[in-house]
Amino acid sequence: MPLMVNEKCIGCKLCEKACPFDAIHVVEKLAVVDLDKCTLCGACVPACKFDALKIDVKRRGAANKDDFKGVWVFAEQKKGKVQSVAFELLGAGRKLADVRKSELCAVLLGKDVTGETARLFHKGADKVYVVDRPELENFLDEPYAKILDKLVKKYKPEILLAGASTIGRALIPRVAILSNTGLTADCTGLDIDPATGNLLQTRPAFGGNIMATILTDLHRPQMATVRHKVMKELAPDTSRTGQVIDVTDIDAADLSSRTKIANIVDELEKTVNLTEADVIVSGGRGLRAPENFKMLEELALVVGGAVGASRAAVDSGWMPYSHQVGQTGKTVCPKVYIACGISGAIQHLVGMQSSDVIIAINKDPDAPIFSVANYGIVGDVFEVVPQLTTKLKEVLKK
Amino acid sequence: MNILVCIKQVPETTDVRINPETNTLVRDGVQSIVNPFDMYAIEEGIRIREKHGGKVTVITMGPPQAENALREAVSLGCDEAVLLTDRAFAGADTWATSYALSMAIRKIKDFDIIICGKQAIDGDTAQVGPGISTFLDIPQITYVKKIEDIKPGFIRVERLTEEGFTAIESSLPVLLTVVKEINEPRLPSLKGKMKAKSLQIAKWTAVDIGANPEKIGLPGSPTIVNRIFTPPKKAGGRIMKGDAVQIVTELVGELREKHIV
Repeated sequence: MPLMVNEKCIGCKLCEKACPFDAIHVVEKLAVVDLDKCTLCGACVPACKFDALKIDVKRRGAANKDDFKGVWVFAEQKKGKVQSVAFELLGAGRKLADVRKSELCAVLLGKDVTGETARLFHKGADKVYVVDRPELENFLDEPYAKILDKLVKKYKPEILLAGASTIGRALIPRVAILSNTGLTADCTGLDIDPATGNLLQTRPAFGGNIMATILTDLHRPQMATVRHKVMKELAPDTSRTGQVIDVTDIDAADLSSRTKIANIVDELEKTVNLTEADVIVSGGRGLRAPENFKMLEELALVVGGAVGASRAAVDSGWMPYSHQVGQTGKTVCPKVYIACGISGAIQHLVGMQSSDVIIAINKDPDAPIFSVANYGIVGDVFEVVPQLTTKLKEVLKK
Repeated sequence: MNILVCIKQVPETTDVRINPETNTLVRDGVQSIVNPFDMYAIEEGIRIREKHGGKVTVITMGPPQAENALREAVSLGCDEAVLLTDRAFAGADTWATSYALSMAIRKIKDFDIIICGKQAIDGDTAQVGPGISTFLDIPQITYVKKIEDIKPGFIRVERLTEEGFTAIESSLPVLLTVVKEINEPRLPSLKGKMKAKSLQIAKWTAVDIGANPEKIGLPGSPTIVNRIFTPPKKAGGRIMKGDAVQIVTELVGELREKHIV
C-alpha cells in the first residue's frame, strides 16, 4: 500500500477532512484509506499533525542535478516583438538566478529578432540564446519544441520559465516530455527552497480553492509556466548589456513541421483586451441577468475601462468567455478592479487579486471578495453601480 | 475517420469550498462529472463521425468509478469505451498520465484524430493533450475553435490565439485540443442511454498496455506535491455600509484624493 498510516495515528480526522477525493475515513480511531478512491495526491500528508501518514513510493530520478545551471526564460515573440510576459518572467527569473548565484538567460526563437536582444538585457538577462531562422518567423509547435529541447539538452539549464500563453501552453508540455522532466502550469509563486535548492512552484490546485507547492525534485530542468501579469517586470536598465549566443547548428530535421500556418487573423477590435485595461468593471452572479451588464458597460465607459465577468456569469451565458476573469479565464492586474455582485470564489480571486486597488460591491457582508478588497461596499449593486457611474461622470468631467 | 476522445472525470470543483474555521476542504455533496471541456471534445468527435463515417472511441484513465464518465460519453454517441484503471496509475502527474494514455492509444493503433478538451477544470494544466501527441510523435493543434475541412490525411482548423485565430493545416494523424467556441454539446439520446447501460467497457491495466512500471503513477511522475495550504488572506480593506449615495460620494472623494481615478 503506497499511502501508509502508521501507529502515530490517533484518529483525529484531519486527514479525512483534507482529502479532496473522499478516500480516507477514520474507523475505530484509525485512518483507513480507500484504495479505489485514493489518487496519491498527497493532500493528507502535510495535513496530519502527528506525522502518521507517509507516501512510500520510490520515484524514478533521471538527471544528475549538479550538471544543470542557470535560469532560462523562453522569450516568446510575435511578429518579431518579444511579448511582455517574457519581461515579467525575467523579473521573476532574476531573483531566482541571484539566489542560485547563476546566470539568467533568455531564449529567443524567430526571424530577424536579434534586434530584440537589447531589451532582454535591459530587463535583466545576462545572456540571450538566439535561433534566427526564416522558418521560425511564426510559432509552430514541432520545430519550436525540437529546437528548445535541443538547446536544453546541450546547455543544461536548471530552470526553464515560459509564459502560460497559447504558445507557452502548447510548446512547454512538448519540451518537458522530450526533455524527460516535470512541468508545473500557471504558477503564481516561484521561490528557491533554501535547504535543497529546488524550485518551489506554487499554484492554485483542485479548482483553485487551495494552493499547492509543486516540486520537480529528481529531474532537471525544472519547468514552469506563469501567466501574463502575475510576475512584475524590472524597471529597464539601459546600461545593462550581455552576451548574445547565435545558435547556428540547427538541422533541417529540427525545422520540419507537419503543421503549417495557412493564415493569421487578428481580430483585436472584436475581442476585449482585458489584460491591458487600466480599469476593469466585472460582474458576477449578483447581476442576475445578461441585460444588467449594460450598467457595467456604462460605468466602464466613464472610466475608460473594460468589462469583465466571473465564471458564474460566463457559465450562465451572460457574457462571452473572452471576458472571464479567474483561474480558467484571464489573469488581470489593472490599476482599479471593480467587482460587482461577485462573491469571490478563490478561482476568481487568483485571477484579479494583484490589482492595485480593488473595489467590491456585494449584498452579502460575508462574501469572500471583501477579504481582498481595498474598498468593500456592502449594498445593492443595482443601487450602487448607477450611483457610482453618475458620481464619477461628474468628477471626471471637471 | 477513426476518432479517439480522451476525457477525465473530475470533481465538480465549483462546489469545493474551504471551511474557514478548520481550514479544510468541504466536500459534502461534491459530484463527479465529465470534465466540462471534454464535453466539447466528445461532441466534435461525434460530429466528425456523422459527416465522415468511422467510429468514436472514448478513453479515460482513473479509478474504477471513472467508468461512469465513459458511460456518459457513450450515451452522447461514442461507439466504444476504454478505461485505464490500475492501482499502479495512482499519483500520476501530467507526464505519467500522458505516457499511460499514449501507450493505450498505441494499443488501439487505428486512429486518425485524437481530441482532448483544452484542459481539465481540476488541474487546469492543459498539459496532457500535448504530452500525448509528443509521446506518440504526432503533430498537435491546441485551442481549436473550428474544424474547417477534413480530407483523407489532411485537416484544416482554426486555433484560438490571444489576438484572434490562426488557420492551421496538418497531416493526419493529429491531436487536437478544443475550446468552448467549437460547438454546442448535445444532450444524451434515449438510444444512447440504452447503449451506455449495456456496452461492455474494455478495462485495461498497466500490464495490458505494456507500460513501463517506472514511468507510470507516482513513481513515474517528475513532479510531486510538496505542500498544500489555504491562500493567505490579504489584510481586509475598508468596509462601507449604509446609504448608497453617501457611500459613493465618500468613495469617489477618496479615490480622487489618492489620485486613483
